[in-house]
Amino acid sequence: MPEAGVDTVTAPSTSTGGKPVIELRGVEKHYRMGSVLVKALRGIDLEIFPGDYVSILGPSGCGKSTMLNILGCLDQPTVGTYLLDGIDVSELPDDDLSMVRGKKLGFIFQSYNLIQQLTVVENIEVPLYYQGVSEKESREIAVELATKVGLGKRLDHKPTELSGGQQQRVAIARALSTDPSVILADEATGNLDSKSGSDILQIFDELNADGKTLIMITHDEGMAERTPRVLRLKDGEVAFDSYTAEK
Amino acid sequence: MSLFRLKRSIILGMKSLWMHKLRSLLTALGIVFGVASVIAMLAIGEGASYEAQQQIKDLGSQNIILESVKPTNTTTAGEQERSLILEYGLTYEDISQIQATVPGVEVTVPARRVKDFLWNQSNSVDGVALGTVSWFPTMKNRDIVRGRYFTQMESDDRTPVCVLTKSLARNLFPLNEPIGQTVRMQTSYFRVVGVIEDDPAIAAAESELDGSSETSDGMEMMIPITTLEDHFGEVLFKYRSGSFEAEKVEFHEVTARINDPEQVMPAALAIQHILERNHKEVDYKMTVPLDLLRRAERTKQIFNIVLGSIAAISLLVGGIGIMNIMLATVTERTREIGIRRALGAKKRDIVFQFLIETVILSGAGGILGVGLGLAIPILVTQFADMVTIIQFWAPTLAFTISVLIGVLFGIYPAFRAADMNPVEALRHE
Repeated sequence: MPEAGVDTVTAPSTSTGGKPVIELRGVEKHYRMGSVLVKALRGIDLEIFPGDYVSILGPSGCGKSTMLNILGCLDQPTVGTYLLDGIDVSELPDDDLSMVRGKKLGFIFQSYNLIQQLTVVENIEVPLYYQGVSEKESREIAVELATKVGLGKRLDHKPTELSGGQQQRVAIARALSTDPSVILADEATGNLDSKSGSDILQIFDELNADGKTLIMITHDEGMAERTPRVLRLKDGEVAFDSYTAEK
Repeated sequence: MSLFRLKRSIILGMKSLWMHKLRSLLTALGIVFGVASVIAMLAIGEGASYEAQQQIKDLGSQNIILESVKPTNTTTAGEQERSLILEYGLTYEDISQIQATVPGVEVTVPARRVKDFLWNQSNSVDGVALGTVSWFPTMKNRDIVRGRYFTQMESDDRTPVCVLTKSLARNLFPLNEPIGQTVRMQTSYFRVVGVIEDDPAIAAAESELDGSSETSDGMEMMIPITTLEDHFGEVLFKYRSGSFEAEKVEFHEVTARINDPEQVMPAALAIQHILERNHKEVDYKMTVPLDLLRRAERTKQIFNIVLGSIAAISLLVGGIGIMNIMLATVTERTREIGIRRALGAKKRDIVFQFLIETVILSGAGGILGVGLGLAIPILVTQFADMVTIIQFWAPTLAFTISVLIGVLFGIYPAFRAADMNPVEALRHE
């Protein structure tokens, strides 16, 4: 993995294993729906360590999406603190939050979320562009990653010219481009046939084997058997954590 | 903002616009026509006012032109009816009073006209013999095309020499050199010594001064005023289509030059007073080219304001069209905005992206508009035979305005895009 442009600022090394990469302390998220106050998350305490391979499971309405938004720094908790790589992101201003998203997190979505007017390479380059990586460097990284996910011959294709599985590989390459601390996958195989889906999961396994921290948010019970650590959410709380259960 | 980022944003903007070619083209069209109309209107307006000003300047901006005009209500002058000779117009007395009392009057050019056929052997033209002075060409800014003008000495000696206007020379001597030939009017013969350019004020006089006296289309033969007196006398007889008319006019036209341009208007007022006192009826007409010039300039200003407002409105409409489409585009690309925000784009990155896109749209419209705007005056000149003047700053100004419109009308959609909640934007279908 190229190191270019993604030097960590204040974060401790992710390879130590001692310090959690994600640390939630009493995180709550409240929404106001009309006059009713909805508590989507009710006091979550959670630690995720470097190299973890976690699936977060739960029925719809359990707060999975809210959890993903908080973990992905797309939203901030109403109550509680969130330390990502040692940085308290729960109070960060918008611009810094954007920087953190771009630098420390890689997103993989159910519907791929590629930008239609850009080619494969250009899509992979998007996070690098916002990090201010030079044109030449980002092109090198993008080509390397595209080759790694098996799209070396489709660098200049548009997303519409690719199959679902191929699009999701582009998304994976894009998530890896800034060498983030954590990769968040939201129902990453939800739109794929089982063959493509298992190919994608294969890539995830390999990434984790390389030491990447992966968090899969899913309602697919099959995932629980694949990942070493399983979190179950229920009514906005962590109902089960295989990690603490083992202890 | 690094140059690389700017380049990337421009390329991205073009790609996004290229995805909707027809829509982008139609959106830019408002600006195209706005910019084109700014340039074309300025060019046509400038050309029209230049033409008018040129005609007025040819009359001499320091001159005051007095003309004798046949009074319309002759019935009041019963005396004149009996005498059979119609007496009217500017007199020697007027001129000497003007020269004596109006300050700043430098020189005057008196002129008398005799209207009759001019002959070169059997070739004849309906024209005018204009009796005037030797400094006429300098005062009237008229160039001598060939030969020379008559001299003061010839004037003093009452020599029968003449200078023809270019069009008269062409009509009277279509095949041979006029200089040295003789022209006959009634029973007098005049030797041609030169050819002078046509009166550029004729057109101006006809359009601006609501129809001048009896100049028959610039067919003029200039002779010394003294010679004219000798040959045709004080009273002019006219036998035309069976009718008989006799009139006594001392001067048909007097041009006075005021040496100080600042004093032209006061002098004109003073002259007006003298003439009002000396003449019971208004049998004269005063034209002040400077006054006309000022009025023309004022007209031009109003013209420019009107044209400017029309152009501004069309640009405004174009800008609103752009804003409208950009708002629709922002909504349509909500998801893309969400993706970009998730991947690390700051609000200002999004603002910049959409602003660049709007500016490309309006700038491209501006360039097309400049092209069209430069073509229209050429076509107008070609087909409508009008003078158009494109000033170098007009296309620059119009293009700059188009870019500014892009910025102005792009700001709101861009900020709307940036202010979207990333979570909601990502969920947008």
